[in-house]
Amino acid sequence: MTARPVLTLSAITKSFPGVKALSEVSLSLYPGQVTALVGENGAGKSTLVKVLTGIYQPDGGEILIDGTPVTFATATAASGHGITAIHQETVLFDELSVAENIFIGHAPLTRRGLIDWKKLNSKAHDLLARVGADIDATAPLKELGIANKHLVAIARALSVDAQVVVMDEPTAALSHKEIQELYALVDRLKAEGKAILFISHKFDEIFRLADRFTVFRDGQMVGEGKIADTNSDALVQLMVGREVSQIFPDRTPVVGEPVLTVSGYDHPTEFADIGFTLNKGEILGFYGLVGAGRSEVMQALFGVTKPSKGAMRVDGQIAVIRTPAQAIQHGIVYVPEDRGKQGAVAGLPIFQNVTLPSLSRTSRKGFIKLAEEFALAREYTSRLDLRAASLDQDVANLSGGNQQKVVIAKWLATQPKVIILDEPTKGIDIGSKAAVHSFMAELAAQGLSIIMVSSEIPEIIGMSDRVIVMREGRLVDELAHKDLTAEALVRAAAGIGEVAS
Amino acid sequence: MNLQDGVKARFIPDRLNSRLSGHLKSWETLLLAVAVVVFVINSLSSPYFLDAWNLSDASFNFTEKGLIALAMALVIISGEIDLSVAAIIALASTAMGYALQFGVGTAELVAIGLIVGVLCGTFNGVLVTVMGLPSIVATIGTMSLFRGLSFVVLGDKAFNGYPTSFAFFGQGYVYWVITFELVLFAGMAVLFGILLNKTNFGRAIYAIGNNPTAALFSGIRVARVKMILFMLTGLMSGLAAVCLTSRLGSTRPSIATGWELEIVTMVVLGGVSILGGSGTIVGVVIAALIVGMVTFGFGLLNVPGIVMSIFIGLLLISVIALPIVYRRVRKG
Repeated sequence: MTARPVLTLSAITKSFPGVKALSEVSLSLYPGQVTALVGENGAGKSTLVKVLTGIYQPDGGEILIDGTPVTFATATAASGHGITAIHQETVLFDELSVAENIFIGHAPLTRRGLIDWKKLNSKAHDLLARVGADIDATAPLKELGIANKHLVAIARALSVDAQVVVMDEPTAALSHKEIQELYALVDRLKAEGKAILFISHKFDEIFRLADRFTVFRDGQMVGEGKIADTNSDALVQLMVGREVSQIFPDRTPVVGEPVLTVSGYDHPTEFADIGFTLNKGEILGFYGLVGAGRSEVMQALFGVTKPSKGAMRVDGQIAVIRTPAQAIQHGIVYVPEDRGKQGAVAGLPIFQNVTLPSLSRTSRKGFIKLAEEFALAREYTSRLDLRAASLDQDVANLSGGNQQKVVIAKWLATQPKVIILDEPTKGIDIGSKAAVHSFMAELAAQGLSIIMVSSEIPEIIGMSDRVIVMREGRLVDELAHKDLTAEALVRAAAGIGEVAS
Repeated sequence: MNLQDGVKARFIPDRLNSRLSGHLKSWETLLLAVAVVVFVINSLSSPYFLDAWNLSDASFNFTEKGLIALAMALVIISGEIDLSVAAIIALASTAMGYALQFGVGTAELVAIGLIVGVLCGTFNGVLVTVMGLPSIVATIGTMSLFRGLSFVVLGDKAFNGYPTSFAFFGQGYVYWVITFELVLFAGMAVLFGILLNKTNFGRAIYAIGNNPTAALFSGIRVARVKMILFMLTGLMSGLAAVCLTSRLGSTRPSIATGWELEIVTMVVLGGVSILGGSGTIVGVVIAALIVGMVTFGFGLLNVPGIVMSIFIGLLLISVIALPIVYRRVRKG
């Protein structure tokens, strides 16, 4: 049954400042078949979905539908060509009815150009029945639970007469029973001859649903074929196996006494039973899939989110941390993942960003000493090799990598004992990445303890002395440096060892 | 913008432009020019404008509002707003008038005015920082609440008979034509300028206004700073209530009606971004001068009050639009 592909991507390239998100990737989707797209976080899967649905315009390459080249200038153009997508996080409208949500933007109209409510509701009813959802089409969306909202999102995607259905981690928010229903829906869509692109981190569902697979790594297509000809080991190999393209600093860790001990940290929704020890001069990696609860744990340690219970010791002393200000006093600082929102204060110049948490040191009795401020800012920004026109320049005008250097400089200027780096090199260029890595090594050698949250396997392996793996809000594995392999990390993070083999 | 990074030079200078050239291009310089133009137009259109005593009288058009505008500037820079300030004047003035019936002296009257102001500000602060209400809604609520309370106490009556020594705050002269209020405003302007520019507290205000989340993540006690700002605005409203009550010599519940809009107009005209994050005290002081001189000029020309109110409305709209247009032009 080698039918002709409905949709073919050939040599699609998409770059963002400093990052090549997709590099000449190719992909074919066949009618009545499910193609699984797998790859690590940041491999380019979501970028590909956005190219397919007209949200991003590719820099190069071709999209062919039934052999004819097309371009999607807008999301509407993509759906006009019969491509629809169920996104990871769907935006729905709480105050509108289920039916309105399904047909938003393309509601059936009467001859006078008004909305044909009867037709709208009956078509919505049919669609909901088709996805197996027992939902009243006229109910307001806000009355629905998360899982039902997801089914509405799926119904919305199917309200467009599509040949190609893209599903970006559709089961992430669903319970076991709803997942089974979704599988049944996928089977029905297959039977209707739709071509389905199915993105998932869960190997069990990939093997349950998919006919074909495509593996992405670092924005490149590294393998494809029939699911029947492969197994989970081979897929993991493809996902992580790479030639060494990044060089990490060579270091001999000198690990000392425990600095930070966390025990029994619980949060009602985000994480449970978190306990670990961080030693002096150590780089402790935290690995897991996106949404595993790593950032939430770190923000709890820093006093931003409040755990419902748990205890923390810093240098053997009990530390109660309920605000970031208290965390800073105890020598714990946090470089957030969301640099724009939580890290840099755009609108303030570089030097004021750097000294913000250290103002008590650059002032006397609350009065700012400008010369000392500049001196402190200069000392730390030059250690990080910041590139900027002047220290008085607004941080908003710096590149991502240089903004990250400002944020790290800001925290080092507080002279912390523990620095938590959340995805420290996400979205920054290779040069800045290397600068951040070598600086981390230097800091650890000086006795600073570092926690590094990262979803990039090479970074985790290249930098960490020890790695804790989290899954669904819990610590599931701890690996010493000598046991660190990409395969072991991926297995622990996805829970493969427990399901398959 | 030509400030590309990746510049080869390792050494990063502290500043590119001298501070003087920065000042010359600023909004404040533009305002100063406007102030001069208004001054010239006023002197040409009325023979009574250029008179020391008339100018001294004119200063009452902005000193009391200006006192509050100083505190309001900090609140707006931090990304919040307080629309209850005029109502706080009414309540503080009512409290002073009420206490007067029990024969309290001048010192006690002043203390009562200031304390009621701080209490009202604290109430606003609790609504915003503890209960998490948006300040624009919370202070529209307290605006009605505070003024409503003074109506309940006063009805259509008025409190009169303030002691003679109390009259100094609103009617006294420090030297020749220089009023006590003008000196108070100047002194407070200097204090607020120092607070905003030279202290850690002032830096925290700018940081919060630009990015409250990152400010919190940087160890700034965001809620505490905002609480203090609302209390400070309450205090300045109480101080303005003391001056205004002293000047009028009586309290009615309709006292200072509509001042909150003129005060916000002064602050925004002074170059404070209504979205928070930027602005200076110098700008607010010049803007207060301009608003005061314009209203005084209108008064000299016998322009009716309703026209004045139309003017304030138009001014408020245009000063919110102007900085946005101005920045766009400067960037482009």
